[in-house]
Parts: sequence; structure tokens; C-alpha cells
Amino acid sequence: MAGALINVPERARRGEIIEIKTLVSHPMETGYRRTQLGAPIPRDIIRTFVCTYNGTEIFRAELHPAIAANPFLVFSTVATESGTLSFQWTGDNGFALTESAAIRVE
Amino acid sequence: MSRLAALLLLALATVASAVAAEIPLAERRSGYELMSRETRAMQDDDAANPATLWVLDGAALWTRKTGAAARACADCHGDARDSMKGVAARHPAFDPVRGRPITLEQRINACRTERQQAPALAWESRELLALAAYVARQSRGMPIDVAVDARTQPFVDAGRATFQRRQGQLNLSCAQCHDEQWGRQLAGNVIPQAHPTGYPLYRLEWQTVGSLQRRFRGCLTGIRAEPYEYGAPELVDLELFLKVRARGMPMDAPAVRP
Repeated sequence: MAGALINVPERARRGEIIEIKTLVSHPMETGYRRTQLGAPIPRDIIRTFVCTYNGTEIFRAELHPAIAANPFLVFSTVATESGTLSFQWTGDNGFALTESAAIRVE
Repeated sequence: MSRLAALLLLALATVASAVAAEIPLAERRSGYELMSRETRAMQDDDAANPATLWVLDGAALWTRKTGAAARACADCHGDARDSMKGVAARHPAFDPVRGRPITLEQRINACRTERQQAPALAWESRELLALAAYVARQSRGMPIDVAVDARTQPFVDAGRATFQRRQGQLNLSCAQCHDEQWGRQLAGNVIPQAHPTGYPLYRLEWQTVGSLQRRFRGCLTGIRAEPYEYGAPELVDLELFLKVRARGMPMDAPAVRP
């Protein structure tokens, strides 16, 4: 099943501001809901998201129960050099997902 | 809040004329046109539309061999981008074996049980929604074109009768909201015309992708009627009637709706 959808421009000019879009498949169960029989539904959310650019952290987010299912995060950075952007989501119940995307800077 | 909404609706319905007139062609609006700029932007960008996750799952399932026959959808149908073009726009379609129209989801399950010899997928399961979303995606931009002929006419009529029949504790028909009061507010929401152009779709309220049958059941609960089961003939006929009512409108599946 599809985990995440990453959108990074394939190539960019040096110094250009690029937009990065990430969409991840996750139910983001708040932990505040109950079943029809009254039993609490345990929390199951993504806690942190980190993006690194050639090993350097450029963006980090903490996620909380009020964030909707399938979190969509958009942020920007300056294209400095060719290489790899890697994305890491970690959360409850041992949720861990890593994706990466290549970028060519000319 | 929902009780307030229901009372408001009741008041509106009482004011409105008793006989439902169908919406003229030039005045038809899909739910897309009635929603906010932000939600429209979310639907238009595949990278932002959460239903894309289901489409990708569907593409993976399309080529996965399954069942006793060890056959994938692709083994018979080939590349879905060609073979499934317009298929969702033509469903519900008449099935000679069952002697009645069946929905896209029922068609997928018929293929599974008969050709792949695999167990049918449950309604609203991730797999069934993913396959339906993937197939429906191939009809994006194509006009809804369900066949109305001697075989399907009785079912279209049955669907129309369901659409116009008052039901539930609030004693409301679908037509009272969606033919007569569309464009007006029901609490915080705009009442749409109920054109099924984008199903299966990602509904923000559901936080997931759902079928048109799920939408029907939500509406029925809203008017305090007991919802029909998933795949019940009443709901399939209603789905067929709505598709006939929306004939010519472009598909935008998998859509995003509030």
C-alpha cells in the first residue's frame, strides 16, 4: 500500500527557492474517540516529521492529535547543491517511514 | 448542532413548493463548483489530493495476481489507462447475469469472484475503494454516459421514486433538498445538487475515501431514516438514477469534498 507521495522539482537553479510537498498515508487516530460500545480507541498518530537535504536537517515538524488524517505538509528550501532529500515520519505503534527524492542543481 | 440543522431544513422544506422540479441542464452544478477555493485547489493538484494515495494503491492492486485463478486485473484488461477509460462514467451498468444494473464496486467484485476466484472485497475496504478510485480516475474529464434503454428504464424509474419519496422521521425526500434547496445553507454547508461526478471521493469529514453508497447512508441517517444495506437494490437504483440525472456532466473522480 502506498505510504507517501513526495513532490520535489527534479532540477533547479542554484539559489532558487523550491517548494516541497509531502502527503503521507496515516489515519491520525486522536485517542479521544470511543467505539459504539464505549471502549476508548487508542491514539495512533505521527509524532514527528523530519526532512534532510544531503544529511542536513532543513525542516522538522511535530504533529499532534488535532491534525487531520493523511497529513499534507508543504515547505520550501533553497536549492544549494545536487543530491538527495530524505523524509522521515515517526509515530505511535512503531510507525516509521522513510522516503527520498533526488534533485539536480545547476 | 445537527438537531438545529434538521429543524432549519424542515422549516426550509415547508416553505418550498410541494412538487419537485428537475434541475434544467444549464443550471446543473457539480459539487466542485459549490465548494471553497481551497478545497478545489486540493482536488486539482494530484500531489495534494489525498485520494491519490488510493489511486496508487489501486494501480498496484491492478497488476497483483490473486485468487485461485492466480490472475491479475491486468492479465485480462491490460493497461487500465486505456481499457478502463470511460468505464466509471458508464456505471451503474446493466448486468445480464444478474438481470439488473450493478455499480462499479459490484462489477469489480463480480470480476474477483468469477474470473479471479477470489473472495469478494468488503464494501468500504481499502482495497475495493483503491481499485474503484483507480478505475474511476481513468474517466476523469469524460462525460457521464449511462445507458438508458428498455432493460434499465424500470430501475431508473425505481431510483427516481426513491429520490422523490419522503422517508425517515423528518419525512424528507432527497429531492426536497437537492432539487429544490440546492445552493442554500444547511447550517454551515452549502446544499449541493447531488451529482455523483467524483465518486469514490475523499471526503474531509470522513478523513478517508468513501463510495457513493456511504454518502447515501449518511444522508439517510441525517433524515432519521434507517439506511439500506451497502449494495441494496434501492441504493443501486438510486445511484443509477443520479447518474442519469447527471448525464453529460464531466467526471472528476476521485474528487475531494467537504
